[in-house]
Amino acid sequence: MKPAAFVRHVPRTLDEALKILAQVAPQDGRVLAGGQSLVPIMAFRLAKPAHLVDINEVEGLDRISNDGKLLSIGARVRHAAFHKSVVENPLGLLLTEVARHIAHYPIRVRGTFCGSLAHADPASEWCLVAATLDATMVAKNTRGERPIAAKDYFQGIMSTALAEDELLAEARLPLLASDAKFGFNEFNRRAGDFAMAASLVCYRLQGGKIVEPRVGVGGAEPCPRRIAEAEAALNGKAPGDAVFRAAAEAAASAVEPLEDHQTTGEYRRDLVRAVVRRALEQSIT
Amino acid sequence: MTAPAKFVGRSVPRLEDRPLLLGQGRFAADISFPGQWHMRVVRSAVAHGKITSIDATAALKLPGVHAVWTHAHVAHIPRIPFRLTRIEGLMPYQQPVLAEGVVRYVGEPVAVVFAIDPYVAEDAAELVEVSIEPLRATLLATEQPGVFEHELTTEAGVVRKAYGDVEAAFRAAHAVVALELSVGRHSGVPLETRGALARYDESRDILEMHGAAKVPHWNRDSLAQMLGRKRESVQLFEGHVGGGFGIRGELYPEDVLVCAAALKFRKPIKWIEDRREHLIAANHSRDQHHRVRAAIDAQGQILAIEDEFFHDNGAYMRTHAATVPDLAAAMLPGPYRVPAYRATGRIRLTNKTPCGTYRAPGRYESTFVRERLLDAIAAKVGVDKVEIRRRNLIAKSAMPYTLGLETLGTHIVYDSGDYALLLNKALAAADWKNLQEQLRQRRHAGEKVGAGVAMFVEKSGLGPFDTVRIEVTPAGIVEVITGVASIGQGVETVIAQICADALGVDYAGIRVIHGQTDRIDKGMGAFASRVTVMCGEATRLAAVKLRDKALRAAAELMQTDAAKLDIVNGAIVATSGSAGPSMPLAELARSLPGGLSAEDTFESGHMVYPYGVHVAVVRVDAETGGVTIERYCVAYDIGKAVNPKLVEGQIAGGLAQGIGGALLEEFLYDENGEPLSVTFADYLMPTAREVPELAILVLEDAPSPLNLLGLKGAGEGGVNPVGAAIASAIDDALERPGAVTQLPVTPQRLKAIMAAAR
Ligand SMILES: Cc1cc2nc3c(=O)[nH]c(=O)nc-3n(C[C@H](O)[C@H](O)[C@H](O)COP(=O)(O)OP(=O)(O)OC[C@H]3O[C@@H](n4cnc5c(N)ncnc54)[C@H](O)[C@@H]3O)c2cc1C
Repeated sequence: MKPAAFVRHVPRTLDEALKILAQVAPQDGRVLAGGQSLVPIMAFRLAKPAHLVDINEVEGLDRISNDGKLLSIGARVRHAAFHKSVVENPLGLLLTEVARHIAHYPIRVRGTFCGSLAHADPASEWCLVAATLDATMVAKNTRGERPIAAKDYFQGIMSTALAEDELLAEARLPLLASDAKFGFNEFNRRAGDFAMAASLVCYRLQGGKIVEPRVGVGGAEPCPRRIAEAEAALNGKAPGDAVFRAAAEAAASAVEPLEDHQTTGEYRRDLVRAVVRRALEQSIT
Repeated sequence: MTAPAKFVGRSVPRLEDRPLLLGQGRFAADISFPGQWHMRVVRSAVAHGKITSIDATAALKLPGVHAVWTHAHVAHIPRIPFRLTRIEGLMPYQQPVLAEGVVRYVGEPVAVVFAIDPYVAEDAAELVEVSIEPLRATLLATEQPGVFEHELTTEAGVVRKAYGDVEAAFRAAHAVVALELSVGRHSGVPLETRGALARYDESRDILEMHGAAKVPHWNRDSLAQMLGRKRESVQLFEGHVGGGFGIRGELYPEDVLVCAAALKFRKPIKWIEDRREHLIAANHSRDQHHRVRAAIDAQGQILAIEDEFFHDNGAYMRTHAATVPDLAAAMLPGPYRVPAYRATGRIRLTNKTPCGTYRAPGRYESTFVRERLLDAIAAKVGVDKVEIRRRNLIAKSAMPYTLGLETLGTHIVYDSGDYALLLNKALAAADWKNLQEQLRQRRHAGEKVGAGVAMFVEKSGLGPFDTVRIEVTPAGIVEVITGVASIGQGVETVIAQICADALGVDYAGIRVIHGQTDRIDKGMGAFASRVTVMCGEATRLAAVKLRDKALRAAAELMQTDAAKLDIVNGAIVATSGSAGPSMPLAELARSLPGGLSAEDTFESGHMVYPYGVHVAVVRVDAETGGVTIERYCVAYDIGKAVNPKLVEGQIAGGLAQGIGGALLEEFLYDENGEPLSVTFADYLMPTAREVPELAILVLEDAPSPLNLLGLKGAGEGGVNPVGAAIASAIDDALERPGAVTQLPVTPQRLKAIMAAAR
């Protein structure tokens, strides 16, 4: 479990980083952010990048900013930054609620928000947040930058729309309405493990009825996504056990579940049903 | 006479903690010698196959690579011998240090690379091209035995234990309860992986191996024999050990390889196992499938038990030979009267990692089987699970109780115990009656909650002997030199406490030397919860001897009568009442031409048998199949607790491991024998979040009559019945006796159980 030899580049500016990345990308050169996913993969020699572009010293990437509409999260912002609310908006509390489910404390102190999005583990909590809230990923290379919408960004298990020479410079999350309600739930066998299924829900109430519902499911399919069927089951209804159960059922039947040696598709559906209902329940408590 | 105990029985602080807490520990990886080479093992990626070629050309060309070895280089080295329980017919199944023509599990050492650093060594290992023609992999121990090699089948041996007339009992039975049960493959996974560092000192013709653990003397003898050397010319050194649990410190291929290479190349050779290797190469354990039947009378009293079980030992028979199935069969009857008994343990080889002992070997398994059986009997006759146990417990008046079985070369005689009393104490501590009521109410409100209880008898203090030498150095330090080992369990503290009381010195000034073959010629090591009992009593005997010697010598110097002298706080003083001069032990030691030392040996042909009760309370999540342990209570009678805090530590750690085996940990394989649990993301160890708060009762109601202090070992009672207790609690939560038949109870399996019920 010693990695193969590699060259580590430590750029100080974004331009420098992008230049190096452009040069080394063809030789499996990769960005090194928090290293909490990449380094274990290298230790197992599942990846043997010849070059690492370490972005931990790049100026400006550690910023979180908000322009009243969007919360922008730079590539060096760690999971732990969200232990406390980063913005006076329900989104701040949502991120705080979600962050504590990611791995363990030491990993949260190193691992980055954007690194999670770039790594795109199907069970990543931040990927679920990005998909559910329709985040925009800002990819940069030496030729410029392009925004990528969440629905186009996630492409499969650990696969994204990022080109190999592109750096995910920041992610932009829309601020929530001040009366937004949200809930999050995940199931795993041990605290801190990747979720076997997770759900984030978010909506507003108008005259006691649910409007603008968002139901995201992660960990159950190759990519996290919003489940339109579940959202339809909520839309215009008053929140309550029967409605929540109907939405959970809709989500459970809508997913095309991942299977593995221990986990059948049927079991994964059971979990989806449970986490969606529980996330909805949390939204009203 | 010795003074009343000042240290034994008190939770004094551990002597060994200072360097560990300051980060000054010296574990295997912390040791280095100038000019050392690093060894990397090339392991089979195929579960079963014929090696058609091994090409090391590219590896040898890599700068920094010194050598590559395959079986041909070590063909003269015999296979790794057995340490315990050598039953008939197992020898041909021993493991070679490097695969000999055939590979039998993923992870089997096929070649080794020696290089300047671990990075280059790993690069080179990847370049060694091993061609293997795959053969069918055997993965089920319950299938018909196939061919191992030539006329040998994959049933390596059969353990048979029996007494009484089983047939007659079944004929006379009011009813028969039959179960099919299995325990998953899991093992001890110490924080410190294995490591070995060998060097050869040409000037003295001494081969040294550092990184030894558990049984350094036995390994020294075996290494000497395997490498054709005199035993005095091989010395093993134990440093700090980051966890043993049965698996660490046995003699493995890698230990032999570093030693052989150090002799051959005249360079220090260092090997440190990585975690992936550890999970596929170090001993696995526990993998058993039982078909058990009990004959009972109308009241649920057991008339006979018959058990046939299949013990999956993986690809080879390692140092433990038949130890695990032997103990499983011998300890299955537990604390109950079983008038007739027959166990047949079939040792089957499969194409998985070979197995050895893991904390409470054989007993975690057979306690699960026995306690599941008791729960099933309770359900059959319609009585409460506590009542059924009361009806079957061996009475205090029956002690000492001869079971009529043998294991580890000893007759099983439960030396002392009041099982019913302990059950009452445990239930009181768990507030069982109120608990039942609370759980009933919660179940009524829709929750799936339940409580389980499991009882067991442990064994400990395996002989045949331990020898201890105590020396007072001229500087006044009392050194206790023993052939046991420390795997982190607190040996130094406990032995110092016993020595301190017997000798009359402060325990904190005592230095306990263990695991160094050059300091004492013989030693048994640390396993089977033996150290406190065997080494403890040997220490007491040697200390009493030393005390007498010191008093006699001092009496002469001080021109008085030895009976008028005493040793208090390390000084020889006049017995209370009579005034007079005093003399520090150090001064006495300096004044004696031969110094001041004594040696004694404690021999014991019988083990001692602590016993316990666990109570578990669980909540089942009906939607996900998840299990949460809400409360846990352990009552354990160990005769005499030398250091109660350390006993509690043993129990708490054991519980965590027991929970792992009950709910989380499992080495899984795919249909080709590819291991699926090779990282900590797949092999799930419990963390602090999964381990509940624990109430521990350490009891001393039944001191052992076999040693003066009444000691019994305390290392394995925390883990022994955890699978059984949790299974019982889950059944209760589901209100379905007998629901759990397989460990670990994963959420997937539990959901399937619940679905099957609908
Ligand atoms: C024991 C353990 C448990 C974990 N549990 C969880 C969990 O429950 N939930 C969870 O979500 N995660 C979990 N993780 C993963 C952790 O959150 C990682 O931090 C995260 O997945 C990756 O972020 P990083 O900054 O560490 O990225 P790195 O490891 O540095 O990189 C990961 C990948 O993304 C690429 N990359 C990183 N940043 C960028 C960028 N800005 N632009 C382009 N490419 C980039 C890298 O090249 C690499 O391919 C766990 C990790 C461990 C070790």
